Amino acid sequence: MLRLEKRPQPSTFWNWATPVLAVGLTMIAGGILFAALGKDPFAAIKMIFWDPLFNPQFAAYSRPQLLVKAGPLILIAVGLAIGFRAGIWNIGAEGQYIIGALCGAAVALAFFPSPGWYIFPLMVLAGAFGGWAWAMIPAILKTRFNTNEILVSLLLVYVAEKILAAMATGRMRNPDGAGFPGSRNIAQYPAAANPELIAGSGMHWGVVAAFIAVIFGYIMLHKHILGFQVQLAGQAPRAARFAGVAPARLVVLCLGFSGALAGLAGLFEVAGPARMISIDFNVGYGFTAIIVAFLGRLHPVGILLAGLLMALTYIGGELAQFMLGLPSASIQVFQGMLLFFLLALDVLSNYRIRRSRSEVA
Amino acid sequence: MDLSSINPVVLAAALMVAATPILLAAIGELVVEKAGVLNLGVEGMMITGAVTGFAVAVMTRNPYLGMLAALFGGALVSLIFAFLTQVMMANQVASGLALTLFGLGFSALLGQGFVGVAPPRTPRLDFGFLTDLPVVGPILFRHDPMVYVSIALVAAVWYWLNYTRGGRILRAVGENHASAHALGYNVRRVRILAIAFGGACAGLGGAYLSLIRVPQWTEGMTAGAGWIALALVVFASWKPWRALLGAYLFGGIIVLQLNLQAAGFRIPVEYLAMSPYLVTILVLVVMSSGRARKTLAAPGSLGRPFHATG
Repeated sequence: MLRLEKRPQPSTFWNWATPVLAVGLTMIAGGILFAALGKDPFAAIKMIFWDPLFNPQFAAYSRPQLLVKAGPLILIAVGLAIGFRAGIWNIGAEGQYIIGALCGAAVALAFFPSPGWYIFPLMVLAGAFGGWAWAMIPAILKTRFNTNEILVSLLLVYVAEKILAAMATGRMRNPDGAGFPGSRNIAQYPAAANPELIAGSGMHWGVVAAFIAVIFGYIMLHKHILGFQVQLAGQAPRAARFAGVAPARLVVLCLGFSGALAGLAGLFEVAGPARMISIDFNVGYGFTAIIVAFLGRLHPVGILLAGLLMALTYIGGELAQFMLGLPSASIQVFQGMLLFFLLALDVLSNYRIRRSRSEVA
Repeated sequence: MDLSSINPVVLAAALMVAATPILLAAIGELVVEKAGVLNLGVEGMMITGAVTGFAVAVMTRNPYLGMLAALFGGALVSLIFAFLTQVMMANQVASGLALTLFGLGFSALLGQGFVGVAPPRTPRLDFGFLTDLPVVGPILFRHDPMVYVSIALVAAVWYWLNYTRGGRILRAVGENHASAHALGYNVRRVRILAIAFGGACAGLGGAYLSLIRVPQWTEGMTAGAGWIALALVVFASWKPWRALLGAYLFGGIIVLQLNLQAAGFRIPVEYLAMSPYLVTILVLVVMSSGRARKTLAAPGSLGRPFHATG
């Protein structure tokens, strides 16, 4: 029989080895899944992980997409990771992303079509504010009424989706759009657009913001007293209270920070790659970012790498869908399996596996 | 707007149908949480049940076989969660989320060939003269069998938890797993069984959605019903009959807003459609704040991992 023995300290080696191992196992399990769907597993895996970057035929299009897709994932995941470390579970980033985009787009549409250098910065502020404000709902309900932030933040995603639909078909609808749902094209409004900064790189302001968030998140978590308090609150809530950590303040800070980052991600998306507010504007970045945060070990640098890898599965998945007829949902399954493997393998960093001789009890 | 077009009898009858899927999922989750496990994967298990139930029912042309398949489908995916949290000692919150994300993708994959297909009809029961009674007949005695099964399930869970040895062991495990372990109960086995039961109930709830309530298969069709079921357990203070009450309350809100939409109420459809979620949040706030909290009586070991040393 095998038995588990708790390690006094989580193993640093396994902490970083498990994500790699999990990716490997997911590739194997994914290959089996693809084979079961009647596709060549090796071709599919290569199509997802290799071709978007190195295939001469596709790379020109897909390489820039890597940053486009990774930007919002990283931006959201860095914010989430800080809360997760403190045991504060904001799982409604998708909603904060939508509200951030709506607030940013509202500013752009209000100023349309006047030029002005101040419009884009105002939109950025509005986007961050929107996400922050949406995250403040679970934060305040948690601190004032002790309401579970997991359920509230998640339920607010559905509310945000309804608001998005109401806006896309109502107040924000393009008046010149012949009655079709969806707002004006913000990406074609120069004062409000979030363009590609270096041609062919996929780099836009949202990606820049993601990199800044990684650096900022790293400093905050590892060099600042706040980061210490976050870790303490997550690992030993009682000790944290003795050390003078105010739990309510931490909830407001963590949720507010992750909400603002998710809102920013939404704003950069709507003014850039997505181009406009539409009913199906949100594509699940807020949920995939949860996987990214765990895959990156709740560490900003890890999240950077995990975000790029997850972006790769998105792009490769689209490619495989297009070239091999792989169903689009199989990539979602793939991402879900990755999180399963990751969580299962985490046992290696927290426990030692010992062979126990059967003793006579 | 024409409020007179809303018939209270039809409304009350539709309420029971709307409440049944969340009631089934909630009563399963209630047992899971009574055993001290927080499984946030209800949404994922529900949608898995919805698609397996739908697929099997369409292929066999028998809705009951579909529901049976949904029971197994839900229980099977819940065992992934059980394995992660009980054997691999993974974080319950993260594992539950993983189950939901996986379930949504997996169901979309399985359900590809079933979009737009009509499922076999589930016949309504006929209670003879009871069904023909005015008002009471249409409200109470003209439903499909699952409505009554869900009520019977609530009664059974209530009885089992309070008056049987097994139920008491389960509650002991949930209240204080260390003590239960010291008494010689197998905490892990009790919890795995509870999780599988919760998965089966959620799966059945999902199948009710796809086979009877809607009845159709569309991607992501549970639309937060699993999360509402989770909130319902809190609302119910972990008491089965209160879960029934809560489910019918929510069912009433869902049906009422649908009726107001149909009656052309002068509020955009989207704002009416968000009301069930807002009411759920409101209920959570009321239940978890101040004095109400003291009577909540959440299981003592809820969400805490258990690792037997030695």
